[in-house]
Amino acid sequence: MRVTFTVNGRPQEADDVWEGESLLYVLRERLGLPGSKNACEQGECGSCTVRLDGVPVCACLVAAGQVEGREVVTVEGLADHAEQRSGEAPARGTSLDGARRRQANGTGARTGEGTGLSPVQQAFIDAGAVQCGFCTPGLLVAADEMLERNPDPTDADIREALSGNLCRCTGYEKIMDAVRLAAARQSEGV
Amino acid sequence: MPNGAPTKITQGTPTKGGIGESTLRPDGILKVTGEFAYASDMWHEDMLWGQILRSTVAHAEIVSIDTSEALAIPGVHAVLTYDDLPADVKHYGLEIQDTPVLAHGKVRHHGEPVAVIAADHPETARRAAAKIKVDYRELPVITDEASATAPDALLVHENRTDSHIGHVAHPNIVHRQPIVRGDVTEAAKKADVVVAGDYTFGMQDQAFLGPESGLAVPEEDGGVHLYVATQWLHSDLRQIAPVLGLPEDKVRMTLSGVGGAFGGREDLSMQIHACLLALRTGRPVKIVYNRFESFFGHVHRHPARLHYEHGATKDGKLTHVKCRIVLDGGAYASASPAVVGNAASLGIGPYAVDDVEIEAVALYTNNPPCGAMRGFGAVQACFAYEAQMDKVADRLGMDRVEFRQLNAMEQGTVMPTGQRVDSPAPVAELLRRVKAMPMPPERQWESSEGADVRQLPGGLSNTTHGEGVVRGVGYAVGIKNVGFSEGFDDYSTAKVRMEVVGGRPVATVHTAMAEVGQGGVTVHAQIARTELGVAQVTIHPADTQVGSAGSTSASRQTYVTGGAVKNACELVRERVLELGRRRFGTYHPAWATAELLLEGGKVVTDGGEVLADLVDVLEGEAVEVEAEWRHRPTEPFDLRTGQGNGHVQYSFAAHRAVVEVDTELGLVKVVELACAQDVGKALNPLSVVGQIQGGTTQGLGIAVMEEIIVDPRTAKVRNPSFTDYLIPTILDTPTIPVDVLELADDHAPYGLRGVGEAPTLSSTPAVLAAIRDATGLELNRTPVRPEHLTGTA
Repeated sequence: MRVTFTVNGRPQEADDVWEGESLLYVLRERLGLPGSKNACEQGECGSCTVRLDGVPVCACLVAAGQVEGREVVTVEGLADHAEQRSGEAPARGTSLDGARRRQANGTGARTGEGTGLSPVQQAFIDAGAVQCGFCTPGLLVAADEMLERNPDPTDADIREALSGNLCRCTGYEKIMDAVRLAAARQSEGV
Repeated sequence: MPNGAPTKITQGTPTKGGIGESTLRPDGILKVTGEFAYASDMWHEDMLWGQILRSTVAHAEIVSIDTSEALAIPGVHAVLTYDDLPADVKHYGLEIQDTPVLAHGKVRHHGEPVAVIAADHPETARRAAAKIKVDYRELPVITDEASATAPDALLVHENRTDSHIGHVAHPNIVHRQPIVRGDVTEAAKKADVVVAGDYTFGMQDQAFLGPESGLAVPEEDGGVHLYVATQWLHSDLRQIAPVLGLPEDKVRMTLSGVGGAFGGREDLSMQIHACLLALRTGRPVKIVYNRFESFFGHVHRHPARLHYEHGATKDGKLTHVKCRIVLDGGAYASASPAVVGNAASLGIGPYAVDDVEIEAVALYTNNPPCGAMRGFGAVQACFAYEAQMDKVADRLGMDRVEFRQLNAMEQGTVMPTGQRVDSPAPVAELLRRVKAMPMPPERQWESSEGADVRQLPGGLSNTTHGEGVVRGVGYAVGIKNVGFSEGFDDYSTAKVRMEVVGGRPVATVHTAMAEVGQGGVTVHAQIARTELGVAQVTIHPADTQVGSAGSTSASRQTYVTGGAVKNACELVRERVLELGRRRFGTYHPAWATAELLLEGGKVVTDGGEVLADLVDVLEGEAVEVEAEWRHRPTEPFDLRTGQGNGHVQYSFAAHRAVVEVDTELGLVKVVELACAQDVGKALNPLSVVGQIQGGTTQGLGIAVMEEIIVDPRTAKVRNPSFTDYLIPTILDTPTIPVDVLELADDHAPYGLRGVGEAPTLSSTPAVLAAIRDATGLELNRTPVRPEHLTGTA
């Protein structure tokens, strides 16, 4: 079958999709978007968390056919999504804010051009919340969605919102730090 | 080159970014944007998907295998069984080559690979696997010590020829290591109290999140290029090449992005299968396990039964310790012999006791194979000896922490193996520090709006608002070795290059170290900046084009490959200074007389005077050195007495656990898990704390939730999923305050001490002790489940 939907603001079409394929498989194997991860493929770990019409879902539990005509945001589109939310134009290359952030942080860890990072992405790097990084894309999508709903979360709020995302490396402490940092920077308008 | 093949990562920092600073990960931006390519993200034009058919029973003769129906399915390109293996070598293994690439005549555990399939869609491959007909004739299962060593027991492996068969009492025992020191019988006469106990430790899974995966690409010269997530490229290569019938130089290996490891990637998983299918079909083959298969596709932490006897005098000095540790190695040896050596040599914990009698064994059974997992044999022992230490203190009427401090080992203490500890061993100090940390407030769940159920046992299930909830506090401390032990040649290799790029001096570090998330790449760049004084460091992808780095395990990579990078940088620096002396030596006498350093892109004297810019010294030349580096050698343990300087370095951590238990429902909330650890020197403090918190949480998992359940009647795994095998979520995990102590080990690079494993040891017994404190129950097994707390088990 053919599935037509929007991913990160762009219309996408996938052909010859087998009816049993998940949204996760279509994103990773047919659309070249492997950022959403395949850690359990049974809805337990949250590594494949994406937004489906704004709602965080496990892409592994969504049949590809279910997304026909709908909008998906993945980790690859998170920076643009956050930028749009903050009322600016969609990013083309590095935004001024993004450039400042990276300069201030001083890592310059990747050569060549890149898009800016959303506040939660930058906070994960700064707080040391990334180790192996396999849980990171799903956590970022979930954390970003929570901060959209609840810009000033308590620790218990953060834990509740991220309880569907397993991490095996960090013990979650640096993830808590990262989300607190992102919330603080967001409220300061940094 | 396939999509997702790793590329160089270049990191420059305006600050110095050397050792001791919390510089950020060079792969951080790639990982938060979703661009970092893990092994399961690889893609290649014309790629096929591999699938493994695994045994549905634990112990059986294979009467027949019929692949004809599977081969007839459109889209299926190959189906291979044992008969299709191309070389004389058909087995592999880390130490003992006892594991068949595909089952031959017999399966020895549930989930053993029987056949492999390549097809153009993963679902086609799965359906083809389901069409393969395997006729099994089931055999009785061996599941524990009694069934393994019974006089009429079937042998899991017949005709053993490995190096351990000569010193074990039964062919179903993989390895036995006794350690005898002093005279236990005589010492026991001085004891005023003697405490004995039996303990059970469940089977834990590494549960790394990135499933086993890789992509094998056939090459024009008849060889193969394997992109894979592993812990040790060269160890894989040594095992893969012979069964493919290829020389090692025709098997190229490149590390792909690794989504965690924790010991579970030390053994081969899909590597050989993917290569076989790629060579057979002439097309690239990708294999990605799903979570279900991952539970069968790697070894687990050995479950164990432990018996301990401790004696002490009235004034609180330990007189003697006797223990026997039985580890279930499952169907194949994997790392069992080394796990036995660790369990035995670290079996009494970080305490000074002159008279000890220790025995550790690993069994061959039909249970899932067990091998390396973070803590490696020291974890099981720590759970038991720390429970014993509490019991002895209680019998003596002493404070549990003070009793430990009174018996704590220190620098200069002689281990049961006879090895004198010759670097700091601040066991009593770590206990003092962890005890001194502020306690979380009582009734921490109360808020202005009433009880926040999220902070209570049972959480959002809303099972209590504080009724029946009792707090408990527990302490534990542990000892772990760092690096490979028992005489193993545990070296690493680094290639470092320095050249001018774009008008700036740049260092490139190339090692075969597997970055599995631990942050080795961050530390290598820091070491290069410190040693070579350059801001910009490029980390070359890890592959087999450079010498072995050894395994990313045993808390060893910062020590050993970090040491190799430091060493190679020092050799590069010497060559650079030599160049400088040749070019500029006549201009300034300091070139000949002063101690020279490389700092901020310049050659400077130890007095800070700038002699030359590195750009001018190099003048278009590149300086490159590849060199091996070794730590102090170790010795094997004597097979009868266990004596020997077996370990390179010891590491220590202590925990204090605070739990709240709903005593009516048996639900546990861990409120706080504080840790103090000596790390010698924190090369990257942010990463060090991250390692300690992560290790602590894995210890929490085996305390209260994680266990692979194997049916004792069938030896089949009952819970191979994240639905039924539970790892801690962010709601299960408490705050983890960490106190990092830095007492240099003069034998190690920069004085550092391996960090990754020690926190996994003492976390579990601290949580258990806290639950015992809250409930008054004895709790001699881990993990603890609600039924153990409510008396309904």
